[in-house]
Amino acid sequence: MSEVAGDFDDEDGSGTIKKFMFVNRKAPYGTVYALEGLEVVLITAAFDQDVSMVFMDDGVYQLVKGQNTKAIAMKNFSPTYRALDGYDIEKLYVERDSLEMRGLSESDLLVPVEVLSSAEMQVLMNDQDVVIAF
Amino acid sequence: MKFGIMVSEGPYTHQASDSAYLFAQAALEKGHEIQRVFFYHDGVNNSTRMTEPPQDDRNIVTRWSKLAEEHSIDLVVCVAAAMRRGINDENLAPGFRISGLGQLVESGIQADRLMVFGD
Amino acid sequence: MLHIVNKSPFENTTLASCLRVVGKGGDNALLLIEDGVYAITKNSDAGKAVHAVMGGVKVYALMPDVEARGMQDRVLEGVTMVDYAGFVDLVIEHNNVQSWL
Repeated sequence: MSEVAGDFDDEDGSGTIKKFMFVNRKAPYGTVYALEGLEVVLITAAFDQDVSMVFMDDGVYQLVKGQNTKAIAMKNFSPTYRALDGYDIEKLYVERDSLEMRGLSESDLLVPVEVLSSAEMQVLMNDQDVVIAF
Repeated sequence: MKFGIMVSEGPYTHQASDSAYLFAQAALEKGHEIQRVFFYHDGVNNSTRMTEPPQDDRNIVTRWSKLAEEHSIDLVVCVAAAMRRGINDENLAPGFRISGLGQLVESGIQADRLMVFGD
Repeated sequence: MLHIVNKSPFENTTLASCLRVVGKGGDNALLLIEDGVYAITKNSDAGKAVHAVMGGVKVYALMPDVEARGMQDRVLEGVTMVDYAGFVDLVIEHNNVQSWL
């Protein structure tokens, strides 16, 4: 991503690694949250933090295969999800109920994910240091 | 305790900036520290000095500026989000500065809790 | 974990999603702010859903937001009211916090 990461002069030099979880619960294109959220995720990985991404509710639509934005004149940012492992972002979690309620299954998604029950999601969320929702 | 705050919505349309401000004020009154307030998404619109609400309404922008001045709080506006929305150094209100997303991540690392206020 | 919901349960599924997760055990508390406070209305559908998790989840609401909306006399029993100072204390008391936007 071309975003400027900002002034790193006062970057925390202690080598602290925190667990950052990004909870994506909104669909792409209708609002900017998914796109601008992705920018934060990439910067966080650049800070060598322990990054997880959760896709729940309409957030699962971000990962649907076959997105084509040509006719709405917006950037199709879905290929970025496929590039995430190049940034060492490998923990992608999708809540099973959110998929099922929307008539979707893992095979509809453009990246490999770990599908979790809401109970497993509860445990995962409780284990985080910083949770940012978009 | 050290708090980081992220504001994801602009002023007046959503309550997010009001809630964040009142939370920050309460935390300061209890002797805690606000390490940084980071404005993202439409939240960057909280930083323009062009804002002129009617006399009988709160001025959300100057309220942040004043809080920052009184308590030396770092108010950071995301550069990419700001540029998309026409916010720049020319129209930035006092106490705010424009910087990168790394400032939000740093806030998450350095603060004991990162609070998100949005919609 | 402290879970914060700021959406009306009658126009948005956020509360339902949050309850689906926090209702599955663990050490969780729920704080309702902004339009989220409509969820603790006595005799409402949302109030029943909140009541159903109250055995395992402590439920709080931000009094300034409840009062602003005129709902202070319609609050479900068992919900603890907090002011902004109490909100700050809740965040400190819990190891982590999540705003369900």
